[in-house]
Amino acid sequence: MTQTLERATTPDDPQGPRPRIRSKLVPRRRALAPYLLILPALTALAVVLLWPIVQMVWMSLHDYGLRQLQGQEAEWNGFAHYTAVLTDARFWEIFRNTIGVCLAMVVVTMVLGTLVGILLNKLPNWASTILGLGLMLAWATPVISAAIVYRWLFDTRYGLFNTIMSGLPDWLVGSGWEEFNWFNSPSTLFPILIVTVVWQSFPFVAISVLAGLKSIPGELYEAARMDGAGAWKSFWNVTAPMLRPLFALLLILQVIWDFRIFTQLFILAGGVTNREVALLPVYIYQLGFASTPPNYGMGSAIAVIMTVLVLAITAYYLRVMIRQGETR
Amino acid sequence: MNNVHRLRRTAGRVGLFAAALAVLLFAVFPVYWVLATALRPTGEIFTREPTLLPRTITFEHFERVLSGVLIPGTSFWSFLTNSLIVTLGAVAVAALLSLLAAVGVARYRFRLRSVFIVLLLVIQMVPVEALIISLFINFFHLGRTLDMELVNNLAGVFVVYVAVSLPITILMVRNFVNAVPKDLEEAAAIDGAGSWTIFWRILMPLVAPGLAAASIFAFITCWNEFVVAFTFLQNNTGAYTLPISLQYYFGAVSIEWGSIMAASTLLTVPVMVFFLFVQRRMVSGLTMGAVKG
Repeated sequence: MTQTLERATTPDDPQGPRPRIRSKLVPRRRALAPYLLILPALTALAVVLLWPIVQMVWMSLHDYGLRQLQGQEAEWNGFAHYTAVLTDARFWEIFRNTIGVCLAMVVVTMVLGTLVGILLNKLPNWASTILGLGLMLAWATPVISAAIVYRWLFDTRYGLFNTIMSGLPDWLVGSGWEEFNWFNSPSTLFPILIVTVVWQSFPFVAISVLAGLKSIPGELYEAARMDGAGAWKSFWNVTAPMLRPLFALLLILQVIWDFRIFTQLFILAGGVTNREVALLPVYIYQLGFASTPPNYGMGSAIAVIMTVLVLAITAYYLRVMIRQGETR
Repeated sequence: MNNVHRLRRTAGRVGLFAAALAVLLFAVFPVYWVLATALRPTGEIFTREPTLLPRTITFEHFERVLSGVLIPGTSFWSFLTNSLIVTLGAVAVAALLSLLAAVGVARYRFRLRSVFIVLLLVIQMVPVEALIISLFINFFHLGRTLDMELVNNLAGVFVVYVAVSLPITILMVRNFVNAVPKDLEEAAAIDGAGSWTIFWRILMPLVAPGLAAASIFAFITCWNEFVVAFTFLQNNTGAYTLPISLQYYFGAVSIEWGSIMAASTLLTVPVMVFFLFVQRRMVSGLTMGAVKG
């Protein structure tokens, strides 16, 4: 600052307008600083995430396979991939399954998580701590380990679950559990997938709900009790409205996470080659990489559809976040 | 009257504890079953009458995993090294980049600021699973242009992990920078401290916990990542990370359940350790303004 002032007042400067340029330069240099600070991160994001999004849309509109990967010109094919996908019965089956499985995961996770959160809040401290630690074990288990142990628990020949079921009386659970294969058809594999995912995700909801419950001032419940409200009424009139923003966020987070399930299905179904059991992310993989010949264009079209779907579902959450981001 | 009341209260408490016990069992049992399987001899694993407790405890599976050769030219240690290099490297770079970007976003008002923040939020929503094809193809071409193989190389995975970690780490660190009062910096400036001193003496100590939480968060994400590593490294077994190496215990004929459970335990331990530290921040970091207090 002082330097600029000194220079600006130097009378024998050969160029007249120079001082004015300098005084302008100072704020400009300060304005450059934030751009320099975000530049490295922005570059990484642009190369790894933004450009592939553009590329994904571009490929979904072109014939893109192995030859194009080797450098041959890709041919524009209009919306052929999209018409093919949207008129394909198989796509709609997978689409329905994805929505159904995702919905089941989200609902079960939210209900179970909320109930356990309330339970944690009601238990005495020592019991709440023990249960909390137990929940953490499930939550912290790497996704792949979780998928593997469920695959083992439901193993056809030596799985614990089939052994227990065949040990139970037939009038209770029926028979035929000895060699029951859970992993071949969607109707038996998806329930296990749902259990696997719920097992890992309900602890997060439970702990968040506990944190939310603890933040509600006790006077509110006291006031409700004075007005003659029972447990049920005070839940709906005090707890639910206070925790509504939290529930909205948890719900959206669960939807995003459950929509992109890949690893668990990969392990449970034993790879991506099983055409019978697929959800959208696995279907993208099947069409793009695992089909012969690879059809990257077709896979990209499904990927675009999936991305649009996720963004549409999360639009509400985005709006909330953006509003928060602007006010800060 | 009093007795009935007390009885009902006791019944309520019993019900509460029964429910807690059921939830605890549901949460813990699979983790226990991993360990129990890893510690049993093979003969005990493949039986129609499994016992709850291992009859004999053996470390043979752990020894097999740690000393064995899964695929020629590889070992558990090489997978562990790969995982550590790519994860720690990506986390370090992501932490540095997000610190810079977070300071930029939190301390300056500039024209593209809100555009950048919205971009972060939107990008965070786009699932990598949807991008996997174009990621692969882009890195394939980029590698050709740069005359190096990026898709069968840990370098490619490393770059993807950095970028994938960035949105959440920037947003998390930004919250911590925002929490540092500007007065503190201005007071230091009046006392004659330069911007470098202000950064290291005032800002860093206060932002460091947030940076650590975000880094552990990124560590867990990268350590567990499967799809990108699986796609990129398929033809280079030497570069496998731990998560994708696990699937190779699934043989064509049978599955080595003992070894896979031992390997799975070894994969889990680092995450569990970090989780202990970050669990609280993870909840508050993800639900941000929705929970007060």
